Amino acid sequence: MAENKKLSIIAFSGDFDKLTAVFTLGTGAAAVGYEVNIFFTFWGLDAIKKKQGRSFTGGNWLTKIFGFMMGGLKVTPTSRFNFLGAGPKIFRYLMKKNNVATLEELVEAAKALRINLYACEMAMHVLGLTKDDFIPEVKDVLGVASFLNLSEGGQTLFI
Amino acid sequence: MATKVLDITKEHCPMTFVKTKIELSKLNEGDILEVLLAEGEPLDNVPRNAKEQGYNVISIEHVEGTTHKVIIKK
Repeated sequence: MAENKKLSIIAFSGDFDKLTAVFTLGTGAAAVGYEVNIFFTFWGLDAIKKKQGRSFTGGNWLTKIFGFMMGGLKVTPTSRFNFLGAGPKIFRYLMKKNNVATLEELVEAAKALRINLYACEMAMHVLGLTKDDFIPEVKDVLGVASFLNLSEGGQTLFI
Repeated sequence: MATKVLDITKEHCPMTFVKTKIELSKLNEGDILEVLLAEGEPLDNVPRNAKEQGYNVISIEHVEGTTHKVIIKK
């Protein structure tokens, strides 16, 4: 096996389909022996929130409204064919029917494979989120410099 | 020495090798994992990835139809 196989993904999008791509690549790479880092920033932070539905996370009234509108993993919209929230339900149905892992199953697999999950400090600050708002598997809160350091020598993707 | 059976014949990428990896990580040294899988990508990749990660692929046999059985020792 090649030394230092490493995949680092910047999960910027909070869209159901793009998060599915993030976790498919991440779990697949981890399963074949890659070290995997996922750095969640901005909309992507929705994927690692403890509260997976809609809740008023945030520090002040404005970020609380943002928190409610953005929601968590269970209410992520699809980037196309969202149909006011029906889209993700249809995709979940199609994925189950065809024995393809759903987003929730992929996230559970990511935890089981001990993929390194990180949250972006700056985006958390803007959205009034703290590390306590995230699932306990989130390893650390990082900035750009730390992420570059972690991803050095491997492949990096922005999704 | 325990033997565990994992059926991934109905799974698709990446869950075929993700589930294999998770099951292998739960086993103790010397335990056996019998993986039932379909030909094509799972049959091409699961034994190869197991070997690459230092597991011992003892045998690969055809079961029936498109199903194969891969026996991996941790």
